[in-house]
Formats: sequence, structure tokens, C-alpha cells
Amino acid sequence: MMEIGLNHYLILSIILFTIGLIGVMRRKNLLLLFFATEILLNSVNIAFAAISHFYGDLTGQMFAFFVIAIAASEVAVGLGLLIVWHKRHGTIDLDTMSTMRG
Amino acid sequence: MFEAVAFYLFAFLTIAMFFIAVTTSQALYALTALAAGMIFISAFFFILGADFLGAVQIVVYSGAVMALYAFGMMFFDTTREVKEKNGNKYIIVGLSVISAVLVVAIFSAPLISENITALYPMVEGAGNTQEVGLVLFTKYLVPFEVAAVMLLVAMIAGIVLAGKDMDLSLTLLDDKEIEEIKNKKMKKVL
Repeated sequence: MMEIGLNHYLILSIILFTIGLIGVMRRKNLLLLFFATEILLNSVNIAFAAISHFYGDLTGQMFAFFVIAIAASEVAVGLGLLIVWHKRHGTIDLDTMSTMRG
Repeated sequence: MFEAVAFYLFAFLTIAMFFIAVTTSQALYALTALAAGMIFISAFFFILGADFLGAVQIVVYSGAVMALYAFGMMFFDTTREVKEKNGNKYIIVGLSVISAVLVVAIFSAPLISENITALYPMVEGAGNTQEVGLVLFTKYLVPFEVAAVMLLVAMIAGIVLAGKDMDLSLTLLDDKEIEEIKNKKMKKVL
């Protein structure tokens, strides 16, 4: 209980990943959907850093850096697209984007 | 002892903040809770000895990404309440738990085997930042450069998408058309 091991961090990562997935599944607003994806990326980063620490290997930290770089560029492009969509349609709800509705 | 206290404290805070970010109906609350959660996550990196990663987490997420989101929220109507999908809650929670457990199982499957050796072991007598630099600029130099190009592409894409009149190219226009655009802008200013 008092000794924090790798499993503690992996379980924390599971919990945060679950929260992020619930967010992805229930959000309609695209901006809040982006927030949920950030939570997903961060939970994976915790798992990477924990494995890197407990196995004395730096590869996990390297992967975490690249995940952060990808998250930053995703935000830049995604927000640009959102602004363009909001200018044209006046809304960023996910339901308005389904052009191939069956 | 202190490690355990810090771990449980920050685990509770992070989970609470991210839970608020996912469940609240106010976009501003979600943004604030997300920023707080990002800072609390950097505490785990400091506990794990990844000092540079923790600093990068604070600088990039709480600094750049959150500022960008706050900037983007100025464009959107954030004061109104956010409508949610009214799906079956049990299916959503069940599917989320199953897929999260699957992801962690994929992660930890190689760890169960006994004969693990570190590919790039920690260097003796060097700080975390020096170790990161040693590995990043030798073994991961090509991915580092590719990531740099990717960030440049993302920056140009962000400018082109969010900027005004970015679909015009001054080099492809005649002098007459450029004059017309200039006159239009002058009229707007006046």
C-alpha cells in the first residue's frame, strides 16, 4: 500500500484513459471533444514515464516527448479547422457535420 | 512515505479535475479544470524523476495548448450550455473501461516477460536533462527532425486556416486585382 510501484501508475493511467474515453463518447461540442483527446494523450504519457522510470530505460520518456509534440500540432491544425467551420456554419456541434446521413 | 502521500494526493486531484473537465456543461469550467489537471500530471513526472518531461509538460500544455484553447474559445459561443448525447450510459462506461484495459494490457504485455534489458539505460552521474539530450540527439535525431518539420507544417496550417484572405496569392494576381484589393481595404478602414 505505501510502496508505490509500476502497477499504481498503470492503474492511474487506466482510470484517466477511461475518463478521456467517456468524454470522447458523450461530448457533442467539438471543442470539448478536443479536451477529451488531450486527457487520453496525457494518461498515456503517465504510463510511458512510469515504465521508463521502473525499468531504467529512457525510451519511454522519448516517446512521451513525441506525444507532446504531436498533441501541440494537433491543437494548432484542429483549432484552425474549427474556426473555419464556425465562420461558415455558425456552430461546432458534431451532429451538423454528418453530410452522409443514412 | 512522502512518495506515497504525493502519489495519492495528486492522483486524486488529477482524476477529480479530469472528471470535471469531461462532465461539466460549461466550456469555461472544462478549460480551467483541464489546465489544472495538466499541471497536476506534471507532478507525477517529477516524482518519477523525469524532470525535463515535467517542465515540458507545464510549458507546452499549460502554457501553449491552454492559451491556444482560450484563444479559440473567444471565437466560439462559450456562454451557452453544451448539449450532450443521451445514449445508454452503461454501454458507454462499459466500452470505455474495456478499451482502456485493452490499451494498458497492450502496453504491459512486454513487461511480463522476465528478460527485459534497457535499450537506452540511464547514464550514471548525469542529470535527467543531460540523459534526455544524450539519447534524443543520438538515437532519436531523425524522429526529432521529423517532429520539427511536423510542427512547422502545423504552424503554417494554423496561420493559413485562421487568417483572413489567406486563399489569395499575391504572386499569382495581376497588378489590377491587387489595386482592387487595396482600394477595398482602404474603404473598410475609412
